[in-house]
Amino acid sequence: MSLLTAERAEPVPPPPPAGRSGPRFDARRLLLAVVAPLLAAVVALAVASIALLVSGSNPLTVYARMLTEGTTLRSLLITVNNAVPLYLSGLAVAIGFRMGLFNIGVEGQYQLAALMAAAAGAAVSLPLWLHIPFIIVVACSVGASWAGVAAVLKVTRGVSEVISTIMLNVIAGGVAAYLLVTQFQEEVEGSNNTKTAPLDETARFPILDPGLRMLGIEPPQGTRLGGFVIVALVVGVGYWLLLSRSRFGFELRATGLSPSAAVASGVDAKRMTIAAMLLSGALAGLVGLPQLLGTSFAYGLDFTSGLGFTGIGVALLGRGSPVGIGLAALLFAFLERSSATLQRIDVPTEIYVIMQGSIVLSVVVAYEAVRRIGVAQAERAVRRATDPGVAA
Amino acid sequence: VTDTVIERPESNTDRRRRALAARPRTVALGAIGLLVLLSLVRVISGAEDITSSGTASAALRLAVPIGLAGLGGLWAERAGIVNIGLEGMLILGTWFGAWAAFFYGPWIGVMAAVAAGALGGLLHALATVTFGVDHVVSGVAINLLGGGIARYLSSIAYGDGQVPGAGQTQSPNTQPLPKVSLPVLSDGPDLLGRLERQRWFLLSDVAGILKGLTAGVSLLTLLAVLLVPLTWFVLWRTAFGLRLRSVGENPVAADSLGVAVYRMKYAAVVMSGALAGLGGASLVIGSIYREGQTGGRGFIGLAAVIFGNWRPGGLAAGAGLFGYADAIQLRAGSAVRGLLLLVALLLVVVAIRQALRRRIGLAVAALLIGAAFALWYMTVDSVPSQLVGFTPHLVTLLVLAVASQRLRPPAADGIPYRRGQQT
Repeated sequence: MSLLTAERAEPVPPPPPAGRSGPRFDARRLLLAVVAPLLAAVVALAVASIALLVSGSNPLTVYARMLTEGTTLRSLLITVNNAVPLYLSGLAVAIGFRMGLFNIGVEGQYQLAALMAAAAGAAVSLPLWLHIPFIIVVACSVGASWAGVAAVLKVTRGVSEVISTIMLNVIAGGVAAYLLVTQFQEEVEGSNNTKTAPLDETARFPILDPGLRMLGIEPPQGTRLGGFVIVALVVGVGYWLLLSRSRFGFELRATGLSPSAAVASGVDAKRMTIAAMLLSGALAGLVGLPQLLGTSFAYGLDFTSGLGFTGIGVALLGRGSPVGIGLAALLFAFLERSSATLQRIDVPTEIYVIMQGSIVLSVVVAYEAVRRIGVAQAERAVRRATDPGVAA
Repeated sequence: VTDTVIERPESNTDRRRRALAARPRTVALGAIGLLVLLSLVRVISGAEDITSSGTASAALRLAVPIGLAGLGGLWAERAGIVNIGLEGMLILGTWFGAWAAFFYGPWIGVMAAVAAGALGGLLHALATVTFGVDHVVSGVAINLLGGGIARYLSSIAYGDGQVPGAGQTQSPNTQPLPKVSLPVLSDGPDLLGRLERQRWFLLSDVAGILKGLTAGVSLLTLLAVLLVPLTWFVLWRTAFGLRLRSVGENPVAADSLGVAVYRMKYAAVVMSGALAGLGGASLVIGSIYREGQTGGRGFIGLAAVIFGNWRPGGLAAGAGLFGYADAIQLRAGSAVRGLLLLVALLLVVVAIRQALRRRIGLAVAALLIGAAFALWYMTVDSVPSQLVGFTPHLVTLLVLAVASQRLRPPAADGIPYRRGQQT
């Protein structure tokens, strides 16, 4: 891949090629598949332990505290709530990955989408059943259009989506800040926080606490389970159906694995690029909605940022599968939540960022290393099978 | 004996040689033209800051971290490794630079920043060269890690409130490096400064810009400026540089000629990190480390590499342009309006050139866009700062959209290389 040429050099595998396993069951392969995450976990734990030792604390005490603090009912609910946007962001990145596209622009796409959705949602009054769908449609279309700029530049001018989405992120931030301050800002007496007008009651997403109570779980005071987790699950199932059970998904994955082979078998690569990028952008548009429709009900300068970048880590960790991305999102949210109270034992909360970063890096390295071992083994097996002169 | 001269048709090499010979003249003409336009805009709009020494000095200062990150990107990409992780390495440079500078003095700070950046580069080399991880993936992870490490260490080093002037997200003030000025011209009698205050057309503008570039320049800035020709010399005029670039163009061929491909790539990426680290030092020495201070400068550095077509001179021009855009916005928001006029005039020049080449469609388009900018200039009092902030990014996007066919990145840029495997 060059940063400029439209096509990734073909033999380069796309970053997280999940589902590489062949049709036949192979014990050795299974072993390798287990080894990779284990290896990565060991390396990541080692890095985090070194960081903790630097700060003068005992890593074991810290991990024990993270486990006890992180598994209280309150922490678990917060973890699930925080995992929802990470999951959506991870899916948005992953859909590009599956066809060898690197959408680094989820960050800008969701920021701009959240702003426009907040402004549009506050500007209209709609009945209950229409208001939320309307906001979702606005958010998805804005996210898709912003990603569409990168897609069009790629197919018409050969501009690498890596560079264009990085640039579009900054431009989106500037445009959002400009629009917020000049167009959508609502003056509030005695507050200097710049925000859009709050959404009506009809646009507030229901919370799932009644459902929890039915299951016999009483949520602690002040903690709720946001309803957007349902949307995330639906999107996850949709992602799986689309990629694994539809012709479109097959063509998308085929283009990711070998663009020239896909083109030779009649796939329109340009159309696929645009479609994948638009889908990725539409999913990115959803990332800000759990906060917008669930807790803040307005877009302000203090709206959560960085979810798009963390989503790249989640997608890499999840290896492109919807379940894997879900687990990765939960892990990231768990790490953040469980380290929130570490301050009390004089350990910086920021240890979770180091953990997330080292997990991602060691996972990609471990999978690549294990993949190479697998390829080498397969080559040896083929040699043995085809060349009787080589002793087994 | 026949003495017929065989007319050789002009080959591509000839044409390139001719174009190269004409280049210094074109560059000089372009620079003079730009100066005239800038002076014109200053006189018409009355925005003195467009060519003031203060703006020029700020532009130089702001261009340094971008240029150093860009040089880092250039080294890595010339050896075929895409380095998205520049931002993370820049952050590592700022944190370690400020920390070491506060406790042990500015020069130690510079060295610590370089070492921290180089370590980031080493990590990137390990992942991409030894383990063959996708370059963008590794770079993204390093960015996550760099930001995390800086936040974590800040918390440990300054979080307890024991260091005066520091806090959870920022370091205390550090000592500056010595500054130098050009004697007589911009110091002492200050001839350039006097000329600048006369406000004469063109002369005062040139004097202002020259004074800004030569008065009170930090030694670190000087070093950064010198690194541009030095990079050119090492990469284009030494055997080492030839080998390093050959690895970025065709690693298989380089390997077959005995070049140690992996070692070259390692050297290039470690150097890349070291340069980014030095860029980090330039942000914090004589100032403080703040969380989020790099503000995507690593990415702008990458943009400067593309803008400069993977050449040191072009990269420096790109860094200068982006630094100037930053400086104008920071120092004089009102002067930004003058830049609208500059863009309009530049587009008129483009339109005339296209018309001379009989490309009427393009000429008309440029003229229309120029007219729109002129109208914008005439109808508003100021340009919102939020829109000015992303000028460098928009320019990069436009350059890519318009000229990406003419840019030439290293042929094997970004392609993982395994020895003995034809990739």
